Amino acid sequence: MKFRGGIHPQYNKITADLSVEALPLMEKYVVPVAQHLGAPGKLLVAKGDEVFKGQPLTEAAGFVSVPVHAPTSGKIKAIKNLPHPIGIPMQAIEITPDEQDTLWDEIKPVGNWRELDPATMKSAIQNAGVVGMGGATFPTHVKLSPPEDKPIDYLILNGAECEPYLTADHRVMLEQPADVLEGVGLMMRILGVKKAVVGIENNKPDACKALQDNCPEDLDIDFVMLETKYPQGSEKHLIYALTGRAVPPGKLPMEVGCVVQNVGTAVACLEAVRDGMPMISRVATVTGSGINRPTNINFRVGTLLSDILAFCDGVNPETGKVIFGGPMMGIGQFDMSVPAIKGTSGILCLQNDEIAQFEGGPCIRCGNCVETCPMGLVPSILGLLSERFEFTEMGDNHIADCIECGSCAYVCPSHRPLVQLFKRGKVEWRVIQEKQNG
Amino acid sequence: MLAPTALLTGMGLVSGLGLAVAAKFFAVEVDPRQEQIADILPGANCGGCGLAGCSDFASAVVAGSISPADCPVADDETAQLIAEIMGVTVEAKDPQVAIVLCQGNIDIAAKKYRYNGLASCASASLLGGGDKGCGQGCLGLADCQRVCGFDAVEMTAEGIAKIIPERCTACGQCITACPKDIIKLIPANSEIHVLCSSHEKGAAAKKNCGTFCLGCKKCEKFYGEIPQIKIDSFLALVDYNNPPTNPEVAEVCPADAIVYLPKDKQTGRYV
Repeated sequence: MKFRGGIHPQYNKITADLSVEALPLMEKYVVPVAQHLGAPGKLLVAKGDEVFKGQPLTEAAGFVSVPVHAPTSGKIKAIKNLPHPIGIPMQAIEITPDEQDTLWDEIKPVGNWRELDPATMKSAIQNAGVVGMGGATFPTHVKLSPPEDKPIDYLILNGAECEPYLTADHRVMLEQPADVLEGVGLMMRILGVKKAVVGIENNKPDACKALQDNCPEDLDIDFVMLETKYPQGSEKHLIYALTGRAVPPGKLPMEVGCVVQNVGTAVACLEAVRDGMPMISRVATVTGSGINRPTNINFRVGTLLSDILAFCDGVNPETGKVIFGGPMMGIGQFDMSVPAIKGTSGILCLQNDEIAQFEGGPCIRCGNCVETCPMGLVPSILGLLSERFEFTEMGDNHIADCIECGSCAYVCPSHRPLVQLFKRGKVEWRVIQEKQNG
Repeated sequence: MLAPTALLTGMGLVSGLGLAVAAKFFAVEVDPRQEQIADILPGANCGGCGLAGCSDFASAVVAGSISPADCPVADDETAQLIAEIMGVTVEAKDPQVAIVLCQGNIDIAAKKYRYNGLASCASASLLGGGDKGCGQGCLGLADCQRVCGFDAVEMTAEGIAKIIPERCTACGQCITACPKDIIKLIPANSEIHVLCSSHEKGAAAKKNCGTFCLGCKKCEKFYGEIPQIKIDSFLALVDYNNPPTNPEVAEVCPADAIVYLPKDKQTGRYV
């Protein structure tokens, strides 16, 4: 099935054929305490402590919370507010490696997922700090704990990777197909579902074939090639494309009996259970015309952006913008000393001529955005309301359902900064609602 | 000719009579004091009191749910008049004005990135706290000017907001609108101010701005035993309950964060 709207940007997947390179040990790591959606963890270590690779630095503060772990062995140099990819300095743990890279001695396999009970595996996943690796970084064990009155009948594996430029998930599916599917099996066991569907955009037939060839016989997994269209990898659109079910406004996928997980997350869950290994590294794409050697990397969480760029032979002088994530939904960075974190799926360097700065004009009511909006909203009206600070009306026009995919801004001939207008509107609408609800 | 005239006159009479009866029977009882109070209130409907407007404030005063002194715009004289109407007493209130505690204009303040978006401070501050290097700097996109009902906010050519004290009525709308929380209400007669809001340490603050408080404590020591300016985590804060009077403190500040804005003793206006 096809969802309505969406766009076909230039995909520029220039790193699709390059295998993942592991980064060498760096001279410094900065591990922010908050790398996920939900409550930040509570500190377990202090300045001057010696830590080992994989040792937890924080503990979960509540259910919707996960710890962070030391990426290597070394000494804690400082715990203070340091630059964070979201743009505001946040509490982070700075580690100076001792270059021994000694593994923490309490890291041992939890067991075989085919035999373990779901509760044990869920707590192993939480303790390993596993979060959704598609970019939203929602703690995975929460998604694997649907309430009892919401029966789940499908586990959906998100291999769409619809953001232009990014090829990290593509490489993971090609290079670790068996691990991905074992991870799927593990999550199916936790959820108690019999059926899983893997959705892959049809520009990655090799990834689909690799998975199909490695599918264990005891697992009922369907492989579906999806139309290549942005935002195919959006949770709600993927569910619709694969099952024809529409997630009601303001609700989660479990409402229609689905749980969606990213391919990288599947591997991280497997490693957490099979090896007891916490989430201290991930695969990301370093790409764009600005970087001298585009490639896919496996970096340790907390590696500085400047170190990653140096590993890829640096940026060329024409580079004007560095984005964490893809070009559609990524966050621009202004400080090259920020660390790459659990949610960093790509580092995109664009040249000045690709990031033309333009002034947004008035809405000419062409309706392009209305045809394009995959959520069926009316971006033109929402934009005008935001400009006039009429946030209550924005709420009445369902601003809360906007997924900020940027399709409307992409097609707008008047170059209106629609996503920015909506982000403001969402914040204000949330404040209005909180006031109404006391 | 005669018939239509008579008909119209008759209809007019009947409707008029109906209106007169309705006015009598459906009249809404209004406390006469409410109208009196509404008449002497400033009538700007600014919302500074937290209510929908001046007539709302008047009815709240009559209902006793708000004090006559709670209109931030009305001066002490008006407050006393309202108290007189209500037959209560209120304490004399000192006039206040708002002030922007930032001098980081485009000539001296560093920028983190090039902001290309909606001209609103609240929108800009959603992107990593705005484009200013200093996290507590005026973003200069005029959210405070937009909400001011008294035309008391001026955006300077150097790109920061400045309150015109003669026009400011201390309604507090700009304070609510400022996402950086750098506008404060101060006693209108105070003359010495620390125009910086950065709690950063000296070196970090210096990197971001040409005029900054580095928390050196020179001003605190200047006053001796009872400091009228106190340092709170690398930022000097004027104690407006005991406002500093000696203008020489401005000379002591090594980073020009303390300014002396003298006022005429008679008129209370800046000279």
